[in-house]
Amino acid sequence: MMRQIAIYGKGGIGKSTTTQNTVAALAEAGHKCLIVGCDPKADATRLILNRKAQATVMDLARERGSVEELEIGEVLLEGFLGIKCAESGGPEPGVGCAGRGVITAINFLEENGAYTEDLDYVFYDVLGDVVCGGFAMPIREGKAKEIYIVTSGEMMAMYAANNIARGVLKYANSGGVRLGGLICNSRKTDKEAELIMALAAKLNTQMIHFIPRDNQVQRAELRRQTVIEYSPEHAQCDEYRALAKKIAENKNFVIPTPLEMEELETLLMEFGIMEGEAA
Amino acid sequence: MIVKDHNELFNDTAYVEQFERKREFENPPPAGDVQKTAQWSASAEYMEKNFKREALVINPAKACQPLGAMLCALGFENTLNFVQGSQGCVSYFRSHLSRHFKEPVAAVSSSMTEDSAVFGGVNNMLEGLENAYTLYKPGMIAVSTTCMAEVIGDDLNSFIKTAVEKGIVPQTLDIPFAHTPSFVGSHITGYDNMMKGILSGVKAGGKAAPSNSINIIPGFDTYTGNYVELKRLMNLMGVNATVLADISGTLDSPNTGRYQLYTGGTPLSALKDSINALSTVALQKYSTVKTGEFIKTVWGKDFQIAPVPIGIENTDEFLDMVTAVTGKPVSSEIENERGRAVDAMIDSHPYVHGKRFALVGDPDLLMGLLSFILEMGGRPVHILCTNGDAAFVKDAEALLSRSQFGKDSTVHVGKDMWHLRSLLFAEPVDLLIGNSYAKSLWRDTNTPLLRIGFPLFDRHHLHRYPIIGYQGAINLTNWIVNTLLDEMDRKAMFTQSFDVIR
Repeated sequence: MMRQIAIYGKGGIGKSTTTQNTVAALAEAGHKCLIVGCDPKADATRLILNRKAQATVMDLARERGSVEELEIGEVLLEGFLGIKCAESGGPEPGVGCAGRGVITAINFLEENGAYTEDLDYVFYDVLGDVVCGGFAMPIREGKAKEIYIVTSGEMMAMYAANNIARGVLKYANSGGVRLGGLICNSRKTDKEAELIMALAAKLNTQMIHFIPRDNQVQRAELRRQTVIEYSPEHAQCDEYRALAKKIAENKNFVIPTPLEMEELETLLMEFGIMEGEAA
Repeated sequence: MIVKDHNELFNDTAYVEQFERKREFENPPPAGDVQKTAQWSASAEYMEKNFKREALVINPAKACQPLGAMLCALGFENTLNFVQGSQGCVSYFRSHLSRHFKEPVAAVSSSMTEDSAVFGGVNNMLEGLENAYTLYKPGMIAVSTTCMAEVIGDDLNSFIKTAVEKGIVPQTLDIPFAHTPSFVGSHITGYDNMMKGILSGVKAGGKAAPSNSINIIPGFDTYTGNYVELKRLMNLMGVNATVLADISGTLDSPNTGRYQLYTGGTPLSALKDSINALSTVALQKYSTVKTGEFIKTVWGKDFQIAPVPIGIENTDEFLDMVTAVTGKPVSSEIENERGRAVDAMIDSHPYVHGKRFALVGDPDLLMGLLSFILEMGGRPVHILCTNGDAAFVKDAEALLSRSQFGKDSTVHVGKDMWHLRSLLFAEPVDLLIGNSYAKSLWRDTNTPLLRIGFPLFDRHHLHRYPIIGYQGAINLTNWIVNTLLDEMDRKAMFTQSFDVIR
């Protein structure tokens, strides 16, 4: 049974790095995986494919004049451990509509048989925030049913996580999509794990894993590799393996209960992150 | 009061002078230049430039997805078309269909405006469904979308579920939907999406013991006469057939002096039982791609595509297919009709044989017409299909290569009628077949035009006559040969060949 999973989170928080390393760990454990990058920046698959950037659906559509001129083999590539990769791509910054690009790309992948029955996991790596209807395409009915939000102990990352939870709530009420947990990608802020656990509790979910910061990840990235491919013996790999295992075994799927802005600020004050009088 | 005819009125001195004065402010090129450019546009040099055209489309032979989706939904009983999007688009679909069928066409829009573009269209959908349900009491609401809703990513499935959860519309009401972005495909894509949407979206009675009936999907077919003919043929064979979707009652309803919002259409009970049919036969290929896939994979039922039953051979094949599925033989009455059609075709054959044709239209219609024209010994020279793809080129070329009359044919896809204009100047033909928009080609190139296809705005009642089946073959023969004979007489008017016998 294919599981479809969407990864959301603030821009620059490490969604793509976390997704690719986690998928590498799943593939290592014998699962067949597909990553669909849903971000016009198109950097969701470079560590798997070991290349700068793959040809995206929208790049080729722009070149040929229409998405109908594309062959699935041109945009669905195989990388490390047979992981399949596709990137939606999108317009240049400042023009056009990236959200529609996501819709067009996912429709193309669906209609051209990218979702084969042998797949165990499909991961959607979605741009920063659920800014418009197009970026909610991966969580429409029949697509991803579970969502993980990547965050850190920084206020804006938590703010974004809360916002995403609001987006999820909208879809959870009418569809089957559920929040599977927060992934804390550590920025080494104060009391980070405790803070994210507290936020998770308020959101009615769990912190599914705390990924400590380790420069080995950056060293691997410079070589366009996941840390699992670059240095499979390194301790950091076990963090991603642990996260992969937790996702595979996760049973905790909830409708999130997003916080009001004030509540979020109170939480930050409680942990001494923000100055002010605790409520 | 005498109301002057349009042509007469604008020949009045007052109007002639007014137009002349108006021209001063239009900064027109000198009259001689217009004439010269018009002549140049008929040259080989221009044709070469015309076929290199990249950023401009002129007079394409296609409409957009929601129009096809609306036609599909109009074929079901008590069904209201609901378009999530802006009002102007829906006015266009309604008037386009009205102008062709000369019938009122009802549809509602959710009237999305600038704020909906920013905040998403969920409130328009909720309010719209509430109003539409309360005012028009439909048995089914079929939701399609315009570009606006598609660009901002409105999620119909979740919106409709919200409407049901909030109690805005009853849980029992069927609200199938289809995403129909106009910037993808054409009206035939929209038809396909909506048919799939309806088959997958209605609360079916569920699979039961297979019935003895078959489903027939005509596809994007705007000839109400075809639906009547299809049902008549099935009746003569004693076949229990459900036509999905039957627009003949909706778009050719009797005038009783009282307007009815819902007339005719395939009964919803028959729609819901269609899953239990022996087989589903589609009469078009390109407008049933996703529907067919759905029937095969999700229903797990038999789905077959008959050749568009236009002409003798295709009709034979279609009826044989029905016999193979149902075991019901072709009745002797139908065999007699076939004989009469063949007789009619032989009578007219001498005037059609060797004649050169240009055709423009939808891919399925073209496949049927090509087959028929080849049967008559006509030579299809230019075949132009704006909404055709590589698969259509392959199919059309395979068909043409089977006949000695298909040797001079070229199939053009993704091209428009301005391309066809150049082709008609370069290699003239005896007869052009197309919709009302081909009228400008008739004027510019002096090629006789036979109106077949959609839309037909400027001639009445043509859609009431079938073009499928053996009766359809007789109608086509009639139209084609008599248009050719009219032209022949026009040319022979003051010669020794002017004759009363043809």
